[in-house]
Amino acid sequence: MRSDRIKFIVFALVVLLLPLPLSGGYLTNVLIFVGINGVLALGLNLLLGYAGQISLGQAAFFGLGAYGSGVLTTQFGFNPWVAMVVVALCVAVFAFALGFPVLRLKGHYLAMATLGVGVIANIAFNETVDLTGGPSGLSGIPNLAIGTLTFDSDLKNYYLVWCFALGMILLSLNLVNSRFGRALRAIHDSEVAARVMGVNARLMKVQVFTLSAFMSAIMGSLYCHVMTFISPASFGFGFSVEVLTMVVIGGLGSVYGSILGALLLTLLPEMLRAFQDYDIIVYGLLLVTMTIYMPGGLVQGIPALFRLIMPAKKGSEVGNA
Amino acid sequence: MLSLNGIGKRFGGLTALDGISFEVGKGAITGIIGPNGAGKTTLFNVATGIYPPSCGAVLFEGKDISKLPPEGRARLGLVRTFQNIELFGKMTVLENVMVGLHTQSGSGLFACSFRMPWQMKEERRIRERALELLEFVGIPELADVQAGTLSFGKGRLLEIARAMALEPKLLLMDEPAAGLNSGETAELGDLIKRIRDLGVTVALVEHDMELVMDICDHLVVLNLGTKLAQGTPREIQDNKAVITAYLGEE
Repeated sequence: MRSDRIKFIVFALVVLLLPLPLSGGYLTNVLIFVGINGVLALGLNLLLGYAGQISLGQAAFFGLGAYGSGVLTTQFGFNPWVAMVVVALCVAVFAFALGFPVLRLKGHYLAMATLGVGVIANIAFNETVDLTGGPSGLSGIPNLAIGTLTFDSDLKNYYLVWCFALGMILLSLNLVNSRFGRALRAIHDSEVAARVMGVNARLMKVQVFTLSAFMSAIMGSLYCHVMTFISPASFGFGFSVEVLTMVVIGGLGSVYGSILGALLLTLLPEMLRAFQDYDIIVYGLLLVTMTIYMPGGLVQGIPALFRLIMPAKKGSEVGNA
Repeated sequence: MLSLNGIGKRFGGLTALDGISFEVGKGAITGIIGPNGAGKTTLFNVATGIYPPSCGAVLFEGKDISKLPPEGRARLGLVRTFQNIELFGKMTVLENVMVGLHTQSGSGLFACSFRMPWQMKEERRIRERALELLEFVGIPELADVQAGTLSFGKGRLLEIARAMALEPKLLLMDEPAAGLNSGETAELGDLIKRIRDLGVTVALVEHDMELVMDICDHLVVLNLGTKLAQGTPREIQDNKAVITAYLGEE
């Protein structure tokens, strides 16, 4: 318990001090997206890594958050903060209603159904031209502001996004180490045994699905205000796969692993610009290689590698939470 | 306590259970025996709501629970263990029992994420109770071990501790002695008697006749999906039809 708290404080300090040596440069900008992607991966990890339920439609909830906020602020004159809350709540209600029929499905069927939701949402973003601007995108979205403080630079947006991210990481850590988190892991290990233990598996799956959609929607709202321009291409099937890859690479069932996966997969494309058009192939290869050789993801794989290279010391420690 | 009224279960063309009726009396240990394929496990699955019955009704304390899902029946105090041990393998032994305490606690998504004071208090209570239960079955030293690495015998004890966490009124045990050696089986017999002495009604499916005859107050014999006989262990041992079903005609 105590070591968990110290781990989080160290992590938060690193996050808060990191931009200082970067002095608002290009890397700061990339790290904003690490924060956004990190929370998206974290939301999916709660669903997939803890409860064992897949979703290939996370980009839809992210897109609904972004378009919801974008449309409400540009077309209906909403205050961005109010829009963010309204949109996140609406997406949560939508996910809750969607979750009951969809989460009755398992495995491949669940993957197909959530994939379908993602595709339909993307078509909606493209086709409702009057509201969203269609394929050419929606521009002129205002920056977020608190009083006279407008979040208009990379450094300010970095702190804005990471404050949200740190909050969600802390809440997720609390959640997974509680009665609720235990029940989710129990469903993952043996749904029938969990139900016989009185766990309402169906409801809990829907709840965690809703939570992941809610988190994605909040990040979508932040994304649209940071970018001030959004287009449907950012919320396609490819992005859902990218988020899934982050979770698998970082570590299924690990809160920090989600962030690590997001860090790698956000930095990697920046480094491998040459692969741009083939990125989905690279993600596919990464997914396959990781699931075969490092099923626990990097958070378990890296310590295991160290133990392989330096088998001297005994008393190994397995990374958890 | 538990009444089964004309329970039938068909899987396609196969009739696994054919109109079985009997009652599990309160406070006693009831044994359900019968040759392989008699329908014993299917009967447990119907009683705990894992399969819906094709016909008939399940009554628990006089209430019809035929339509209730497994989690609803667990909340009423109808709890079971599994023949092949269904543990949460990736969780620790202590966490397994803490999941068993799910119905004895109530913190939801919000209370858990925000670590509300009452949730922290509840968490401490769950942890202490789980340790007590591990002591009850005699494996407190294994609390922090990953459940998937336990031996079959220890896993069985953990499964019983986890089931007892729900404070069951009726505990259904599916072949609790399967895979145990004779020493472990004897300990299991004592444990089941201790559970009965706590006021929990027990019903068990079992092949180990020595154990059955030793601990059961009442026996029900199934054969080919029908009830063949019921009575005290003495009566069953002398029952002609039972002997024929087990050993064949002379």
